Amino acid sequence: MTKMINLKINDIPVTVEEGATILDAAKKANFKVPTLCNHSDLCVAGNCRVCVVEQVGARNLQASCAVPAAEGMEILTSSAKVRRARKNIIELLLSEHRTDCTKCYKNGKCELQDLATEYAVGDNIYIDLVPFNDYSVDLSSPSIMKDDSKCIRCQRCVRTCAEMQQVAAIAVANKGSEQKISTFFDKPMANVVCTNCGQCIIRCPTGALVERNSIDEVFDAIYDPDKHVVVQTAPAVRIALGEDLDFEPGERVTGKLVTSLKLLGFDSVLDTDFTADLTIMEEGTELLTRLKKALVDGDKDVALPMTTSCSPGWIKFIEHKFPQLLSNVSTCKSPQQMFGALAKTYYAQKRNIDPSKIVSVSIMPCTAKKYEANRPEMRDSGYKDVDYVLTTRELARMIKQAGIDFKSLEDNNYDSIMGVSTGAAVIFGATGGVMEAAIRTAYEIVTGKEVPFKNLNITPVRGMEGVKEASVKIEGCVEDWKFLEGVELKVAIAHGLVNANNVLQAVKNGKADYHFIEIMACPGGCLGGGGQPIPTSLEIRNKRTAAIYEEDMNMPFRKSHENPEIKLIYEDFLGEPLGHKSHELLHTHYTEREAY
Amino acid sequence: MSEKIKKVDNIFSKDCNCKDILAKTLKKDKDSFIQELIDSGLKGRGGAGFPTGLKWKFAKMAEGDEKFVICNADEGEPGTFKDRVILQEVPQKVLGGMALCGHIIGAKKGFIYLRGEYAWMKQDLQKAIDEMHDAFKTMKLDFFIDIRMGSGAYVCGEETALIESMEGKRGEPRNKPPFPASIGFRGKPTVVNNVETLVYTLMIAHIGAPEFKSLGTADSAGSKVFSISGDTPIPGVYELELGMKLSDFVEEFGDGDTKAVQVGGASGFCVPRRKFNDTVIGFEGIPTGGSMMLFNSHRSMYNVLHNYLDFFVEESCGQCTPCRVGCQQLLKGIEAVKSKERDSSYLNELIKLSETMHTASKCGLGQSVANSFNSIVEEFTEEIMY
Ligand SMILES: Cc1cc2nc3c(=O)[nH]c(=O)nc-3n(C[C@H](O)[C@H](O)[C@H](O)COP(=O)(O)O)c2cc1C
Ligand code: SF4
Ligand code: SF4
Ligand code: SF4
Ligand code: SF4
Ligand code: FES
Repeated sequence: MTKMINLKINDIPVTVEEGATILDAAKKANFKVPTLCNHSDLCVAGNCRVCVVEQVGARNLQASCAVPAAEGMEILTSSAKVRRARKNIIELLLSEHRTDCTKCYKNGKCELQDLATEYAVGDNIYIDLVPFNDYSVDLSSPSIMKDDSKCIRCQRCVRTCAEMQQVAAIAVANKGSEQKISTFFDKPMANVVCTNCGQCIIRCPTGALVERNSIDEVFDAIYDPDKHVVVQTAPAVRIALGEDLDFEPGERVTGKLVTSLKLLGFDSVLDTDFTADLTIMEEGTELLTRLKKALVDGDKDVALPMTTSCSPGWIKFIEHKFPQLLSNVSTCKSPQQMFGALAKTYYAQKRNIDPSKIVSVSIMPCTAKKYEANRPEMRDSGYKDVDYVLTTRELARMIKQAGIDFKSLEDNNYDSIMGVSTGAAVIFGATGGVMEAAIRTAYEIVTGKEVPFKNLNITPVRGMEGVKEASVKIEGCVEDWKFLEGVELKVAIAHGLVNANNVLQAVKNGKADYHFIEIMACPGGCLGGGGQPIPTSLEIRNKRTAAIYEEDMNMPFRKSHENPEIKLIYEDFLGEPLGHKSHELLHTHYTEREAY
Repeated sequence: MSEKIKKVDNIFSKDCNCKDILAKTLKKDKDSFIQELIDSGLKGRGGAGFPTGLKWKFAKMAEGDEKFVICNADEGEPGTFKDRVILQEVPQKVLGGMALCGHIIGAKKGFIYLRGEYAWMKQDLQKAIDEMHDAFKTMKLDFFIDIRMGSGAYVCGEETALIESMEGKRGEPRNKPPFPASIGFRGKPTVVNNVETLVYTLMIAHIGAPEFKSLGTADSAGSKVFSISGDTPIPGVYELELGMKLSDFVEEFGDGDTKAVQVGGASGFCVPRRKFNDTVIGFEGIPTGGSMMLFNSHRSMYNVLHNYLDFFVEESCGQCTPCRVGCQQLLKGIEAVKSKERDSSYLNELIKLSETMHTASKCGLGQSVANSFNSIVEEFTEEIMY
């Protein structure tokens, strides 16, 4: 049994489990204590000090986020001493901060600003330190803007990048007044190991780390009568967009999303889910082909396990950290880039539109997708396949700018072609989803039967465990796939790059006998992506996950190969999975990159 | 030497064989030696003054498959240079104290965290260690000592920052609790003691608690090594009885024109002449890690304070807000008052700010900036303003 601790918060007795902090206890007693450096996903830092409280009898104030509750403690969360210190601390933060809120991207969504408002520190008496510091703004990355003048040194980003992503692209440099968040040798963000995952962005409390936004460019394209603007929306957008538009986490807003995009003026509102289904066809075939080569042809060079390739943060990670394993990565482009390549070829042909007039926009839960769209190899249509990538947050902003009352919108359906999708595609947004979708289809291709799971829900691959393992015994194969009879297909799923790193390490050391591995750079999968509404927490990610699986259950088709538009594109345009056209448009190659 | 200042020859005395003392003490009961240390009233000589016996007791009681002893030889406090002399003169005593601690708490490994600037003494120290290792063998004591070099950051003298730095990380202080005695180096129970403290533990093993306690006062038992500098004709390292009056000290070491003494280095207190009589040097009065800086009437206390603040602005590790930004505000603040950009009432705001730094900073560095700041600003307001 866990030991219970009794203490008093502002004279109110509370009982908490041993190990709980004073902050937890205060919450339990219904007192809010402000915090900045603290984040539920990260280890305790205790460096901002805004959460200080008074412990009766102690000489110094205590950082409530960092100090465990102890038996008999008497805590005051808002005494004269606490109030003064807290106000001083906020004033100090503002004195080294380039506080130009109205020109700041985080205006209205900034934790520092909220505190400044709450404590009414308009009368800040301290000396402005900004002129004494040489702050720099780093615009080198296509995904991330890093503005040191907005940084409060809470190190949330540093902890995120090290603890959750094991990338450590950014770290603390220098000491004293010159302490700052920096990169390896202070190189620009674009030239270091940063994967552009944006996990730091969704945990940065201020405007110091934000996405590079393309809102104006997209509006310009929409208002340009010469352009035909197509938009695709990723699976995880529809279950999170609402959070930035007055809905609770976990509320699905798919129909309103479509309506709002139409109101914004996009010429065609299409779905990345369509190319998610296509990915299953291509990647599933690729896996089966690799298995055949290995098992039937005895080809020793075939790279197994095969890993997924739809998370561009993951791709950049492996390019930097495990380049020797690049041949294990599926050659499939991400659904976003498959969509882009098809928008200016297949779609253009079918709709009879000059591809040079098409502007292709994607709405993504992801900042790494911005980088991906800018890769030089992503121009197989003869044009830039995806012109602009907007995050879920940017779309919410556009909807607000256009004065659309999102809550009251009617639901609408996606346009066609490339707008029809299945439940298998929507679960791409959750960790384990690609795996589940792949198994639903591959099992059926090989055996002619549905996967033996109730309602097609392959629960062993679901959930928030960092690395999940599962196996499926293949029995009753149809003629073409007899060589797989009795094979136990072993799979693994990792989300968050720290977990990806562990799995890859095992593969590298020959300690893993998986056939197929799904990897997503972000914790929880795309639904926890770096472009999603802020804040994020395990609780929020769990709610979004539940919404994704609800969405799946509500789709008329649940298996990628049943998507009628997928059948159509193979008949009319692509021929067959892994065929000549597919190779040209839907597959790619990877580049070894430096380790720092 | 005046009658009132008692010079002591304990630390540096060479007429004891520390190997013998160690060998003898190893045979004694561990708990009763801890009790002896507690009875002796020995408090840490590194600045914070935590009772050494208790620290060892906590580390002994703490569970851990491995434990460590760390000798804090980072000696970064401005005006402190006594650990250097101890390590040069009587390294065996330091090593003996470490081994004793290891034996008592159950640690097989000790580290000396040596100030980067003391790299020149590393060779001699290593020689002393090698010699001691041989002695440990004959005593059948399983204890091994290594040197780890600091790299010049003042904050790495703070015990948890020191441990972080030894683990190869940035030297940033940790949250406390937990304290190193329960979770220290590599997460294992660790005793961090100052060089001088470790020597006294061995001396207490030698002479016993009563004799140790016969010097000093109730709160400040024993003697202490002082680093004396500034406007004094006889700067140097002296072992003196604790609990002396500052006026007696000044009489002994001053140049006849002493207007202030900075007790405890940049993070200590500045005592003006009018308070010399009422000031006791010790834990009941003003404690010091050893630094005593004397200033005569030719010194500008503005410059003294400016110098300290410059030091803190640079040496703060920078992680916590009150210290990182507070130090800069105090420095820029006194500059602004001096140049009349701000009027003198701003000094009151700065004193309030230093209070916040004192109560809300994460570690002893930021917490103690207020000591010198308030004492100098309050006692020498005019010098700051004009
Ligand atoms: C900023 C800072 C610097 C310190 N530097 C030293 C140092 O150089 N040497 C030292 O022994 N203790 C130093 N200390 C104190 C240590 O944290 C710790 O209390 C001490 O090493 C414990 O040993 P003791 O109990 O024997 O004094 C410093 C503390 C702070 C806050
Ligand atoms: S980061 Fe926050 S406080 Fe700073 S300018 Fe931007 S909105 Fe204002
Ligand atoms: S985007 Fe991801 S990899 Fe890059 S710095 Fe942020 S957390 Fe690290
Ligand atoms: S960049 Fe953001 S998260 Fe990182 S330390 Fe600065 S304010 Fe904190
Ligand atoms: S008080 Fe200063 S040195 Fe200590 S943790 Fe805070 S910033 Fe670092
Ligand atoms: S929230 Fe507790 S110190 Fe930052």
